[in-house]
Amino acid sequence: MNYEERLKNVTVLGAAGKMGSGILLLTAVEMADISLKPENRTKTYVLNAMDVSHEGLAGLLKYLKVQVLKIAEKKTVLLRKIYADRTDLIENKDIIDQYVFDVINIVRPVTKLEATYDSNLIFEAVSENKDLKVKLLSQIDSNNPNDPWYFTNTSSVPINVVEKEAGLEGRILGFHFYNPPAIQKLVELIVTDKTKKEVVEFAKTYAKNLRKIIVPSNDFAGFIGNGHFMRDALHAITEAEALAKDMPFVEAVYMVNKVAQEFLVRPMGIFQLIDYVGIDVVQFIMKVMNPFVKDEELHSSLLDKMIELGVKGGQKSNGSQKDGFLKYEKGQPVAIFDPDKKEYIPISEFKDKCDKKLGPIPEPKLSWKSIIRRPDKDVLLKDFFKTMKTMKTFGAELAVKYGKRSNEIGKKLVADNVANNENDVNTVMLTGFFHAYGPVNTFFD
Amino acid sequence: MIKLRKKVYMTAGYNTISLGTGRREFHPKKPRPGIEHYIKEAGQGTLNQIGGAKNVDEGAIGNFMAPRFNRQGNLPGFIPMIDEELQWKPCTSTEGACGSGALALMSGIKSVLAETADVVLTVGVEVQNTMKAIYVADVLAGAGWYQKRKNGHAYFFPGQFSDRAGAYYEKYGMEYTRKGFCRWFVNAIENARLCPTAQEYENKVADLEALYNKMKPNGKAFVDNLTVFDCSKVSDAASAIAIVSEEGLKRIGIPKEEAVEIVGWGQIERNVTYDPPDLTELTAIKKAAKAALESANITIHDLATIETHDCFSIAGILATEAFGFAEPGKGAQFVADGNTARDGKIPMNTTGGLIGWGHPTGGTGVHQAVTIWEQLTDKAGKAQIEIPKDRPYGMTVNMGGDDVTVVAIIYKRG
Repeated sequence: MNYEERLKNVTVLGAAGKMGSGILLLTAVEMADISLKPENRTKTYVLNAMDVSHEGLAGLLKYLKVQVLKIAEKKTVLLRKIYADRTDLIENKDIIDQYVFDVINIVRPVTKLEATYDSNLIFEAVSENKDLKVKLLSQIDSNNPNDPWYFTNTSSVPINVVEKEAGLEGRILGFHFYNPPAIQKLVELIVTDKTKKEVVEFAKTYAKNLRKIIVPSNDFAGFIGNGHFMRDALHAITEAEALAKDMPFVEAVYMVNKVAQEFLVRPMGIFQLIDYVGIDVVQFIMKVMNPFVKDEELHSSLLDKMIELGVKGGQKSNGSQKDGFLKYEKGQPVAIFDPDKKEYIPISEFKDKCDKKLGPIPEPKLSWKSIIRRPDKDVLLKDFFKTMKTMKTFGAELAVKYGKRSNEIGKKLVADNVANNENDVNTVMLTGFFHAYGPVNTFFD
Repeated sequence: MIKLRKKVYMTAGYNTISLGTGRREFHPKKPRPGIEHYIKEAGQGTLNQIGGAKNVDEGAIGNFMAPRFNRQGNLPGFIPMIDEELQWKPCTSTEGACGSGALALMSGIKSVLAETADVVLTVGVEVQNTMKAIYVADVLAGAGWYQKRKNGHAYFFPGQFSDRAGAYYEKYGMEYTRKGFCRWFVNAIENARLCPTAQEYENKVADLEALYNKMKPNGKAFVDNLTVFDCSKVSDAASAIAIVSEEGLKRIGIPKEEAVEIVGWGQIERNVTYDPPDLTELTAIKKAAKAALESANITIHDLATIETHDCFSIAGILATEAFGFAEPGKGAQFVADGNTARDGKIPMNTTGGLIGWGHPTGGTGVHQAVTIWEQLTDKAGKAQIEIPKDRPYGMTVNMGGDDVTVVAIIYKRG
């Protein structure tokens, strides 16, 4: 079975979810492009969008229509060539509409697992629950005569555990997209000791056709991305809790968040990132990872407390940010949650006091937005952090400590053999988290 | 051409801003004014200078594709909307693709010559940002022959002119040609920065030459031989001007010095179902300019300034050859040497032209007339160039389609 044959019948499990919908979109487009080749025109391509939620699947089709339209509008020059023999399609609009139809026409929204029994390839993007994953995959595998291949999008469960428990020997690998899959360039590729070579070859071709950057990660819970993020988040939480002994909790959160974003020149503050991913998701990933890590405890009672109080973060179905540690108006943080008072305190009430305590940002000021596309950003950052190290302000000291911790986490991922080298760690943080620099650097030495 | 039996003037020009990418007011996701707004603003802008609508005998409006961009036909009916006193007066609309504006001017000129009107309010308008560029390309492709659309480029007109650029590269060299294109682009933006209504008025790029040269033509993303800097943008705008007789000037109380006299024109039509006879020549433009100059009994050396139809940089280069300023193949050099810059031998497109000011397709012909009127009557503000006493003439050249519907008009300081 070659690459194109493998893609004749595919299933995405959890297709209506945040990650599943993106994976479904990219796969549908890839399959449609194959189906439109002259030699494939008579063949039928099937992409099962499997999800338990009818509402979710209805929303998925709306999402697909909007996204495929955007994709078609961007590649109309090429599409005119693909449809050159269709004399009935003349204007760009005719061609774009046809392409949108041809992509969506491949997708079969389904809610019953039976539909997956004909597939050659299964993408798994259900919730981060090992037992659920094992149950679904083993049920499919015992009913599907094709010996299908399984690509799991798990960000935390070790692949070999799923492989073993579901009895998928050699036919599974981790193919971890970053959120949102349609935009983020990074895919972490995780193989087990048994994963067959041809499965890996296929995964590489598929990633290349989707224009994704692959970073191999070894099969340790959390892999590289969450391996860094979870520990980085725990550092921030620990720092904030320590500061909160001498000041109100909301002020501590504000300062650590600001240090991460403005002093460390990141795309967003750390508590904002936790909210973006979802406090519940972060809690859950730590819980999944924790049994697999030895000399440390990946757990935060603060996260537990937030969840107990019903403060979860995450995104609404329209993509806007739900309130978490921070409260958002038009995407901008405006208040911070006080778990004792159980209410949000406006940032404006303590901003000036906290900014004064943190002290100024090193001059010349850098922001993530101003440097992210600059080819000379490493030089600028080096000077920026050099100046920071000479400053004895509260903010500068917090930032340097934070930068060092991030560096340490990055190096530990290599030492623990999660990542093959420091460069892979940096690539994950640069492309999956949009950082302006990798955690393994010499800026804070 | 028969000698004009009557003097015809233009005066009281008005331009709205050219709205589109580049203007601070433009946001693709926010609602924008409709076509009615532009017609009204431009029309009233002219009426305010000529003593009001009571002085107007007739209206003419040039527009290309409102039926598709705005789902609106019957544009003559929008002229009475400009002012209550225009109600019940004769109005007409003209369509000749991007040459629609000049056809409206010709309609007004001919009404005055026919002595059926002494004051004609002439408007040109297009509102195109109602759709994304990829669909705008479909609509504008209507300026070509629909039978050829299927085999044309996704960006149909950029594709047509990319073929012209490619033919020119092949004959005379790509690097050489693009030096001319680059200068044409730089001139357009620099001139637009002097004109507050221009789409590129707020363009603040310090090194335009570097910007232009950084981007190379890429046929996979756009067309083979041009980049976006070689193209005019998608624009929403309207312009208006009054076309009047001597009697009309008295009626509206404007002295001849504040008007321009129409002393000649050339109006040419090329068969739209034919391919251009020579990709490296704008044949219809050549014929129109020649006819215009002859009818005015002047030569190109009497012209102080020209507004030419640079929908693409290659059209600007080829125009310099079609007018006779440069031999075939030497137009790129002529432009690269600065001859068409505002301080050059023959300043062209002094408020930015189609690439710099903007290209509201059906409105462009009228906008060109307004710019020449401003320059010859010393009303161009910061964009004002010096008009030598011995060269009191200006010319507009408006083109519809790929060198198909062309009007060249010669203006003289009143």
